[in-house]
Order: sequence, then C-alpha cells, then structure tokens
Amino acid sequence: MKRIRFWGTRGSLPVALTASGVRDKVIRALRAASGRNFTGDADLDAFVDGLGFPVAGSYGGHTACVEIETGGAEYVLCDLGTGVRPFGQRAIARHGAASPQTYHVFMSHVHWDHIMGFPFFTPAYIPGNRIRIYGGHAELEAALRRQQAAPSFPVDFSALTADIEFIRLEPGVHYDIAGMQVSVMLQRHSGDSFGFRFASGGRSVIYTTDSEHALADSAETATYVDFFRDADVVIFDAMYSLAEAISVKADWGHSSNIVGVELCQLAAVGHLCLFHHEPIHGDDAIARVLAETRRYEEITRTSRPLAVSAAYDGMEIEL
Amino acid sequence: MGLKGNARSCWDRVPDSGGVVQFDCKRLVDVFLATPAGKIDHPNAEWLKLSLAPVLDAAARGNCAVVLDFSRVDYISSMGLRVLLLAAKQLRAANARIAVAALQPATEEIFAIARFNHVLEIFPDVRAALAQLSAPALAAFDAETN
Repeated sequence: MKRIRFWGTRGSLPVALTASGVRDKVIRALRAASGRNFTGDADLDAFVDGLGFPVAGSYGGHTACVEIETGGAEYVLCDLGTGVRPFGQRAIARHGAASPQTYHVFMSHVHWDHIMGFPFFTPAYIPGNRIRIYGGHAELEAALRRQQAAPSFPVDFSALTADIEFIRLEPGVHYDIAGMQVSVMLQRHSGDSFGFRFASGGRSVIYTTDSEHALADSAETATYVDFFRDADVVIFDAMYSLAEAISVKADWGHSSNIVGVELCQLAAVGHLCLFHHEPIHGDDAIARVLAETRRYEEITRTSRPLAVSAAYDGMEIEL
Repeated sequence: MGLKGNARSCWDRVPDSGGVVQFDCKRLVDVFLATPAGKIDHPNAEWLKLSLAPVLDAAARGNCAVVLDFSRVDYISSMGLRVLLLAAKQLRAANARIAVAALQPATEEIFAIARFNHVLEIFPDVRAALAQLSAPALAAFDAETN
C-alpha cells in the first residue's frame, strides 16, 4: 500500500461551505495580512500556510469515501458516500472513459451517507468497468438497488452498464483482495457495521467508522485492540465528544476522539486519523477537536507518540 | 484531616484497589465528600465504581449531595469518566446533586476535552462546591478545617 486519499470525510450527511463561511475566512486572512508586504509567491504561500487550516483551508463536506492506493492497477475504496463522485471523475480524467478499470469497494454498512454517492459514480455507467462491492451485510445489493428505484432516483440500477458484483464477507475470515490481506470485524451500530483491516507490503490500515464502543465491555475493547494491533493508520469515527457519545447520544452508533486515542495507544498504532466529522461542526470546531485530541494523546502518552490527524476531503496519508 | 462535628466516615471498609488508588469518604451534614486518589485508568475505573456505589446509594436515600474531591487524582480515563456520568444519572434521578472539585490541571484538561465540563458541575475547590450545595455542610467543613 502506498497512500490513503480521502474523498469524503463527513458523517451523516454532506455539508457545504457557505458564502458567509468563505467571507469569514477572507476577512480573517486580510486581517492577518494587514500591514504586510509580500515579496513573491513563496512569501505568499508561507503566509497562507501560517494562517492555519480553518482559515486557509476547509475540511470539506462530502460523506464517507476513502481510497487506498495499493500500488497496483486496481482501485480500492471504502464506502460510497458523496465523495465517490469526484473520485469517479478523477479516475475517468486519468484513464479516459474508454479504458476499463477495476474498482474494489468495501462497505462499512448501507446507511444513506455511505451509499448516496453511488448513483453519481460515473464509472458505473460505462461498459467494461468492473466494480466489486464487498461487505458484511446480506442486504448490500438490495440497498444499492433500492436507492436508485423510482420514485427516489430517475435512473434505475439496471441502467448501470458496468460489470457489478456483490461479495459477502464474513468477520474473522481473512481474504486476499486486490493484492492485500483483508480482514473484517463486526461493529456496534444500528443495523450493524463492519470495520476492515487492510495489509500489504508490511503496512496496515484500519477503516473503522460508524462504530460505537461499549466502554464497560472489556472483552469488546480487547477485540478492538487486537484488530487495531500495530496498525500504521487507524481511520476512526470520532463524530462526538466522549460526553455526547455516552450520554445524550448513547446508542447512536458513533465514537469519540478520546476513545480513539485510548484504543490506538493500547494497540500501539502509529497514526490515528479522526473521521466521520459531525456535520454541524465548522472548520474551527473540527480544528479544535484535532488540537484537543493531540493534547489528550500527549497527556496520556506512555510509550511512543501516536500521530493524530483529522481527515479532510483531499487529504493524503503516505504509507 | 480528622473527622469531627457532623463529619463521620461513610463506611468501615472500601474495596481493595490493589494499592494503585485510594478512596476516602466522609459525611458533612447533608453532603458526602468523597476523595479518590491516584490514577483512575481502565482497570481502576471499576474499583472507583464499587467504591462510589454505597456513597451514591446513601446519598440518594438521604437526599444528600456528593462532592468528589479530585485534588489527588492524577488521571482519569474514559472508563473513569463513564463512572462519574453514571453516578450523576443515579443522583439526578433521586433529585440529588453531584459535583467535582479541585481538578488538577491535566485532569481538568481531560474533563474539557471530553466535554465533561458540560455535563458535570465542576468547582475550583471543595469549599466552593460546598458553598453552592449546602450551607450546613460548608459550616461543618469550615469548622473542621479552621
């Protein structure tokens, strides 16, 4: 595996940066630039980099879609949230519509935010493309067909001309797919969700989203720690604060940054990537959660440091 | 700190934590002042839960408040925070209050990061907590400490 590329990082439903949000960023940037002279593009770039991500960038608003670049010719994705639309456009731009490609897609579950991009995934409408959709749910195919059925969508699933196959995976079984060793874990979420561990070339990545953690269940915690053990990167559902996750939003099926740090520390993970961001959170709020999570990791660190990042649409992690 | 006046020990014996953490408790009129000490990590969270259980039961029965003096707690994990949340739920159901006082700087940061400062009443020290919860308990505390 070479890198992870994030196409959609938001939880529950897509969000968009608004005009007032852009205006706020511009005003903050101009205030910071007040009285400064820039000697050239490099100076300008350095200044923008110093503004901080919430001003100079944005976490984005597409729902879950993550690409794992294996180094092979075939594509690997996790989930089909709205981020799969720009992914598909890029793939076509890269290869041309007439060049058949193979796409392996691992589905955490079939809630709307994780499937809603598929009707807009252009490669699915192109004959010759191969799309292999893997998941633990028996109703995986039915869910994707249903969302394109009338009256919810104008183009029926049967109009998709790519070669599409659904493959059921079982927790506890090890699979060889797209040059990777893949294992699956059942997670706590309404209607169940599944986490995936991908390993190849001495690297391992965990994709674990829409997963709630029962803190009192030590056996369950041990199971997660075993699944995460020594992973290079864990992409983790940190939608809520710990207080929310275990009080007003208990049983909503999501986890927190605090639990992410604790599980990754127990499992000696190298990099925790916060994912499935709360849609009501703006860029400042997500950046604050990231800073606090890094501080929590620092406070609780007992051995080697755990790198912490917050995923944003377009972010890449080199493996 | 000795016990006198309205202050008395909550019970004779608390569960054994294996020596990692300690737990002390006394009653100040209508407030139970509990003082855990040490590192409340995952293994010790269950011990905290067991130690707190009789205090919470007594507080709920007697319409008393509980103040947790965290001045000697070095660290608290998510499991420990969960114990505090369950304690708050139990007492709120009995129309009783629980407060946390005297957080050490690192522990205070953890409470803020976990947003527990939004779900629990937190005070800078025990006296400030008692001042909010019970005038008789505050008087007993002052009498004891002066």
